[in-house]
Amino acid sequence: MSQARETLEQVFREEYGRIIATLIRISGSFDLAEEALQEAFISAASKWELEGTPNNPGAWLTTVAHRRLLDALRRDRTRTDKQSELAFETTRLQPHVEPELLEEAVEYPDDRLRLIFTCCHPSLTREAQVALTLRTLGGLTTTEIAHAFLLPESTLAQRLVRAKQKIRLAGIPYEIPSVDRIADRLAAVQAVIYLIFNEGYAASAGQTLIRNDLCAEAIRLGRVLCELLPDEPENIGLLALMLLQDSRREARVNNGELVTLEEQDRSRWDAREIDEGVNLVQRALRLRRVGIYQLQAAIAAVHAEARTADETDWRQIVALYEELMRITSSPIVALNHAAAVAMAHGCERGLSLIEAAGADGALQNYYLFHASRADLLRRLHRFDEATSAYETALSLTSNEVEQNYIRGRLRSISASI
Amino acid sequence: MKYLLLIYENEQAWDAISEGERQQIYGEYRQLREQLLSRGQFVGGSQLQPISTATSVRVRDGKELVTDGPFAETHEQLGGFFLVEAENLDEATSIAARIPSAKTGTIEVRPLVETAAPASA
Repeated sequence: MSQARETLEQVFREEYGRIIATLIRISGSFDLAEEALQEAFISAASKWELEGTPNNPGAWLTTVAHRRLLDALRRDRTRTDKQSELAFETTRLQPHVEPELLEEAVEYPDDRLRLIFTCCHPSLTREAQVALTLRTLGGLTTTEIAHAFLLPESTLAQRLVRAKQKIRLAGIPYEIPSVDRIADRLAAVQAVIYLIFNEGYAASAGQTLIRNDLCAEAIRLGRVLCELLPDEPENIGLLALMLLQDSRREARVNNGELVTLEEQDRSRWDAREIDEGVNLVQRALRLRRVGIYQLQAAIAAVHAEARTADETDWRQIVALYEELMRITSSPIVALNHAAAVAMAHGCERGLSLIEAAGADGALQNYYLFHASRADLLRRLHRFDEATSAYETALSLTSNEVEQNYIRGRLRSISASI
Repeated sequence: MKYLLLIYENEQAWDAISEGERQQIYGEYRQLREQLLSRGQFVGGSQLQPISTATSVRVRDGKELVTDGPFAETHEQLGGFFLVEAENLDEATSIAARIPSAKTGTIEVRPLVETAAPASA
């Protein structure tokens, strides 16, 4: 690949969200902004090849994309019937559509914040939020997103079209939410980013357990969020959590087999990610506004700091889970707490907590509930019950790596009876 | 933009409340209406007679069919509406959240199709 081409792809990934955010503010239209930026990249591809890469590739692209947008807006303005394309916020956006302003290619640092809050607006479905965030802020192509989520490209393309249409027709604002809403909205943004990470970390279908591209993208988005709102401890906590989980990626699967945290080869953990993650957790906790991501990151940090599984400070982990249970009533947290109690205070106590967590039936269809229960029964040598719990777990996951893991457990049980 | 706020409520539950509570809720509605009027955001709105008073009209092959209903088997029924002027969806949902029935029922927020302003504007 030529150097110009390589630079272009790198700039594309790094600058896409920043440039498009400003283009959307100026035009009030996701579609016009996308077209203009696309055209700028096309002209960059031919120009840079011939004339060499400009000194500031990002600024070059911004300027060209702004000119393209201006051309498109001028074309549109001469056609009344096209006016509706500029519909959302037309009145307020109009003054910005003046040539002088555009030529200056003004970028507001807040544009990406506007963009991320619009993409994750609660009136869009979670699937639409994810697709739109990856497409616009992440600069992923429709093909790449469809591939990552194992969806037909047409399905994803349609999802994006509908989402953009709703933004325009329903008047979803391109604004940073007001103070009374920002906490809820930020939680939605964090949830979207963490969902992207989890889809990558534990792909819910298919042959590979981990889709690295999605993990990397989620971490990158997490960094953007920290950069945009640096004083939000949960943003830092989320980034830390993703880094610490990602640090175990290499050790988590071996020859297509899932390896439990206990059995992982810790020398294969990514020390650089652990360092960064642990530092971020400490920085977040110092801000003294604890939240679910910080606590989960703190738990991951306790694991990361244990050189062997035996050295794990389970009492500390139990305490962190108890803190987590105080702020969220998730049955999954209760399940993880029970598993930690089993390690700190014995399997019997852990098992009774797991039974209690599953008592209301909310976890009946949750693969990990049955797998964790089976694991404790196995450790307690209650093999018949363990076998039947593993079998239930097996029927509840469509991920082949997880299925193989359970089959392996079932084989080792029948060998030890 | 203009938004239609459709108020869905469980009619039976509405019928079951005491006269005192009903008067209080009407008072809250009047207050909201006053607030919207004073900000120039109130375009229209009213409570509707119960679903049992509904009539459906269809024209098929040039023939007018008038029937009782519709009576879809839903938990909540359309009981009233506001038509409001709002800057954007966030402002419209803020108004919707202030509708007294939002606490017990559901408010559906629908943007109106607006014809584009002339290009010279």
